[in-house]
Amino acid sequence: MSVVQIDFGKRKRARVVGIDLGTTNSLVAHMDTPPPKVIPTPEGGKLVPSIVSYTREGKIVVGEEARKRLLTEPERTVYSVKRLMGRGVADVEEELKLFPFQVAEGSESVIRLKLGDRTFTPPEISAFILRQLKQNAEAYLGGPVEQAVITVPAYFNDAQRQATKDAGRIAGLDVLRLVNEPTAAALAYGLDKRHDGLVAVYDLGGGTFDISILRLHEGIFEVLATNGDTHLGGDDIDNLLLRIALEDIDSEWKRDISGDNAAVQSLRRSVVKAKEELSYALKTVIDFEYEGRRYQRELTRELFERLITPIVDRTLGPCRDCLADAGVKVEEIDEVVLVGGSTRIPLVRKAVENLFRTRPHTELNPEEVVALGAAVQAAILAGNVEDKLLLDVTPLSLGIETMGGVVSKLIPRNSTIPASATEHFTTAVDGQTNVLIHVVQGERELAKDCRSLARFELKGIEPMPAGMPRIEVRFLIDANGILNVTAKDLRTGKEQQVEVKPSYGLTDEQVEKMIEESIEMAEEDFRQRQVREARVEADTILHAVEKAKQDEAYESLSEEEKQRIEDAINQLMVAYHGDDHLLIRAKIEELNNATMKLAETMMNAAVSKALKGTKL
Amino acid sequence: MQETFKHAEACWQCGTPAEEDLFCRYCNSLQPPALDYFRFFGLEPRLKLDPEDLQKRYYRLSRLLHPDRYTQKTAREREYSLEATAILNDAYRTLRDPIARAEYVLKREGFESVEPRSKNVDPELLEEVFELNMALEELRSGNEAARPQLEVARDKFLAMRSEIDRDLQDLFEEYDATGSREILERIRRLLDRRRYVQNLVAEVERELAN
Repeated sequence: MSVVQIDFGKRKRARVVGIDLGTTNSLVAHMDTPPPKVIPTPEGGKLVPSIVSYTREGKIVVGEEARKRLLTEPERTVYSVKRLMGRGVADVEEELKLFPFQVAEGSESVIRLKLGDRTFTPPEISAFILRQLKQNAEAYLGGPVEQAVITVPAYFNDAQRQATKDAGRIAGLDVLRLVNEPTAAALAYGLDKRHDGLVAVYDLGGGTFDISILRLHEGIFEVLATNGDTHLGGDDIDNLLLRIALEDIDSEWKRDISGDNAAVQSLRRSVVKAKEELSYALKTVIDFEYEGRRYQRELTRELFERLITPIVDRTLGPCRDCLADAGVKVEEIDEVVLVGGSTRIPLVRKAVENLFRTRPHTELNPEEVVALGAAVQAAILAGNVEDKLLLDVTPLSLGIETMGGVVSKLIPRNSTIPASATEHFTTAVDGQTNVLIHVVQGERELAKDCRSLARFELKGIEPMPAGMPRIEVRFLIDANGILNVTAKDLRTGKEQQVEVKPSYGLTDEQVEKMIEESIEMAEEDFRQRQVREARVEADTILHAVEKAKQDEAYESLSEEEKQRIEDAINQLMVAYHGDDHLLIRAKIEELNNATMKLAETMMNAAVSKALKGTKL
Repeated sequence: MQETFKHAEACWQCGTPAEEDLFCRYCNSLQPPALDYFRFFGLEPRLKLDPEDLQKRYYRLSRLLHPDRYTQKTAREREYSLEATAILNDAYRTLRDPIARAEYVLKREGFESVEPRSKNVDPELLEEVFELNMALEELRSGNEAARPQLEVARDKFLAMRSEIDRDLQDLFEEYDATGSREILERIRRLLDRRRYVQNLVAEVERELAN
């Protein structure tokens, strides 16, 4: 039985949106009463391409607009920035070769992209996308949107999550929660599907692959295990086809066009189009034009599937590991959900069907389902939904480096979060006042084979003989999957100072600075909007005055009055092309005053004409 | 942050004398959580435990305590919620695995925690370990004929482990009935043995997988 909620009075309810910050496309969604809905862009579409361009005039352009610039100004345009979040330049060397933008100096712990005369970090680029989504949401919902839930791949590590949170802050959003994408998808499906059982979510997006196994029980979505590959997705398929096409063109035209960024981006677009067509047709043609020459290559679905089989196969290992970690056999899985644009590929669907021996769910649009789920979680956090709860897990084991470079595991992978562990530390040398702790994430035995998370320094320890100090350190992974470390000196009972040096990502000061810059930019945006609105009004009055000049009432004005009107028009037109909206409005006012008599005369004439036909 | 979590005498919100419950009986605000895992679940500290009952309690407490339920509440309650849920999850992880549960109780009763990788050979298994090492050597040097021998060894150790698990369950019941420290000692020794056997199983499975 459904219950209708009647909202009496203006209760101040938090307006929280759900955002899918995707590799290829981003979306924002909201749920007031179920079901959740994707918020459309001002142009009416639902997807915002995750593409950002920095124009020569110094303007930031996001989405479809930026997509066009991939072909015209590829060096100033960034796509798939999600693949660069929380990473250093060494992690992405291979794929950077295929990106048209340049990497700047100092990119070891956070990648810096050179676009024109400025450099941007991935969180800043992502922040531009988030800002656009925020504006779309505000325009649609008719009010400020300050809080959001942002989704991340379940397999994202600490640095990647932190980078996403930073992006949210820079965009002026209070990120209430980072939600794992497969879990969000399960939430979106859970609304109307089966209420209890075991669900597997297979999420193959543009840049990342996640597999999660959940138990649904009376509104609780409990993740049992999650696995994946944060470096595997549709982009890899695109890059494979792109490389093959480039080689093909090289041998056919005797010309290596891989150095021409605009050409590469155009070819990439053709290749992606062909890939998408093969989801529905058995063969297609890669069609590409460049400097008057045409390249056409037929591609059958059969050949395509042979080419991408190794990539699809890479998803199967994590699936099996996930089942093992969850302690679940394939036969016990009740439902399988497909998420991500790449799951439209028939070969992928077949592989999933074969592995799980069940037909997967595809009722919800695989590109929208994550955003919809995020909107449900947003509603839960806003306090509007009380019968559902997400219990998620940390995907990677957390450990500290001990003697000999061996990892001591503190919190095992797939532990439900929030989760914590406590360790005791002491000094090794007499008089030592600092202790350094190296925290890593991963499953390997040696720290050097795991992912370095951060170095924590316990400072200001009382100098005393080695082994005497007793510091208790608490490692807490919060509900976002991000690590927090606190320490206590057990001898004094006082809180111990801890300094954090993240291995990848931005420091707090850097983020603060970016937030300031972003606020400046937002103010800039606001100003520009006011200029635009003033111009619209100016257009209206100028148009009206031009029409009035054709009217016979205009002839009855004195030369002085006519001149006054002309002056006002000219002054308004000068102000129009400037940046000062207050000036524009002032000139509108002046033109108004100058034409007041004219307007009155026209009005009187119109009234008497109207009255002439009336018998009083 | 941990300073605040010694148990309060009165509710921080309304001043009603505290009852060591999770929520104040008068104003229902979340109190600083207690740290004892059993108490947290409202259970007596017993070694034998019904896993389904534990799961039911876990879901119920998650619904009440999870940070998702506190995003619009005061900062202090949000902090307590995060703490409480971390403890809840840690407690659930510990209590639902019989071995972890036993180790938790041992630790509480003052038994020192053991080195996870004890290199001392269990004297009762001397012969088996010797044979095992030989077979491992064989396989490592490429002699595939050793494989079936290793598989037999693995199955033997798995059976050993299952037997230990059954013995542990019996000891759990005895401890719950008597509270005898001597029984805890026996449990401790059995856990050491189990850990040793588990390491052997892991080693064999690693080799067989290569």
